[in-house]
Amino acid sequence: MRHEVESEVQGSVWKVETEVGRTVAVGDVLMILESMKMEIPVEAPVAGTLVALLVVPEDAVAENQVLAVIDDGG
Amino acid sequence: MFRRVLIANRGAIARRVVAACTALGIETVAVFSDADADAPHLAEASASFRLPGERAADTYLNQRALLAALESSGADAVHPGYGFLAENAAFARAVAASDATFIGPDPRWLETMGDKVAARALAAEHAFPVLAGSHRLSDPDSLLASAEAIGYPLMLKPTAGGGGIGMVVVRTPGELRAAVSRSSTLAQRSFGDGGLFVERWIESSRHVEFQVLGDGRGKAVHFHERECSVQRRNQKVIEESPAPGIDRSELETMAERSRAFVAEIGYDSVGTLETLRAGAGDYGFLEMNTRIQVEHGVTEMITGVDLVVSQIRLAAGEKLPPPAAIDGHAVEARIYAEHPRTLLPSTGKLTVFEPPHGLHGVRVDTGYQTGQRVTPYYDPLLAKVISHGRTREQAIGRLLVALTAFRIDGVHTNAALLKAVLGDDDFLAGRLDTGYLSRFLENLPESADV
Repeated sequence: MRHEVESEVQGSVWKVETEVGRTVAVGDVLMILESMKMEIPVEAPVAGTLVALLVVPEDAVAENQVLAVIDDGG
Repeated sequence: MFRRVLIANRGAIARRVVAACTALGIETVAVFSDADADAPHLAEASASFRLPGERAADTYLNQRALLAALESSGADAVHPGYGFLAENAAFARAVAASDATFIGPDPRWLETMGDKVAARALAAEHAFPVLAGSHRLSDPDSLLASAEAIGYPLMLKPTAGGGGIGMVVVRTPGELRAAVSRSSTLAQRSFGDGGLFVERWIESSRHVEFQVLGDGRGKAVHFHERECSVQRRNQKVIEESPAPGIDRSELETMAERSRAFVAEIGYDSVGTLETLRAGAGDYGFLEMNTRIQVEHGVTEMITGVDLVVSQIRLAAGEKLPPPAAIDGHAVEARIYAEHPRTLLPSTGKLTVFEPPHGLHGVRVDTGYQTGQRVTPYYDPLLAKVISHGRTREQAIGRLLVALTAFRIDGVHTNAALLKAVLGDDDFLAGRLDTGYLSRFLENLPESADV
């Protein structure tokens, strides 16, 4: 099953810490967002394979915007 | 005195500087990013200049754009506020090179105090108590060796910067090793300098700071202390003065030491000596802030001194204000646009933003008004609510009334959390230390409405 990883905040992408095709575990940091001078890590909500990365560094992101997609293999 | 001051900042402090300049009969020039085009202080300033863009790096940190605004505005001084370029020596020198006055200390103080290791050394030289700490180190092995000599727990800190960025408490060598690269990367990115050092960390210590002004010619005055232990992520949330539960003579001794320090070194503006208080009479220098502080209003409420006016007068070559006794008690609560439990920032349009007005002993400093957007580009501070009373109890009561009357809608805020803290037994008893707020949040029942 595919799981969409959404942004909890409005901000921008500072750093992407993974790449498409990688296996991720629950809690792995996928990317770090920046908003109001704070760094906000985005963690994998489920274990699986990262099948899509929808943003690149410097991108502006909205609240609830889908950032990445993980396939849990189930 | 200056004729026209350019304010290189935004929000509450930009507005505060407009008010101080107006009181002195000085014209003001505001600047604004595209995200701040509807900020209230723009109408209050005599003129305003657009800084194209939204991100801080393109606007309020953009020296070239600010210097261009300075030149075309004809201003003869620049007030940097706090944050952004307030402690940037290169900017201060560039302002001077444009034949304008930087309203702040000589750039060499921005450099010395901006280097936390150099600042510690200077404080120690002048018999101001410092915590055990290392030199500037960059590799994990030297940091580990220094840490061994000082002992755990420790605070790992960037040598540059501020605002708690890159600072982390470490309790074991393993934690230190893990924290070094992250802190260094953060510091490199935020301040352009990845240098680190370690300093003794005292659990259950209090953050107590001392407000000073020096004239650069051997004279200085202090305006007592502020207690700022209620913090999250090393950032202050509630500040007050006097510091509750500490012997008055002990505080006055430290305030006098702070005054003597800035007099001896020849410091020439407003400043604050931040200390960590481990126990009775046991203080350690944290850093010196070479600017007006966010929480300056607390001191103004108990002394009646206008610190921003004093700072501008000093920069114009006038004399120091006389010392002032403490009158009553003042408490400040910072309303942040954030989810109170997760501390995640909250952005959006302020559909309602109505500060309380007409309340006795209450002052609100804010850069926002109804209809304005809270954007992700700058810090989350919405407003500072400061109350004054004859006693601490009265000041806290007045602050609670003010926070209750403050109506904000459109973004999440910590206002309810602030009220919960102000009603907490430990807070009311003055049992404060820098871990207070995280413990309070941990122990907060799921059902609590914050």
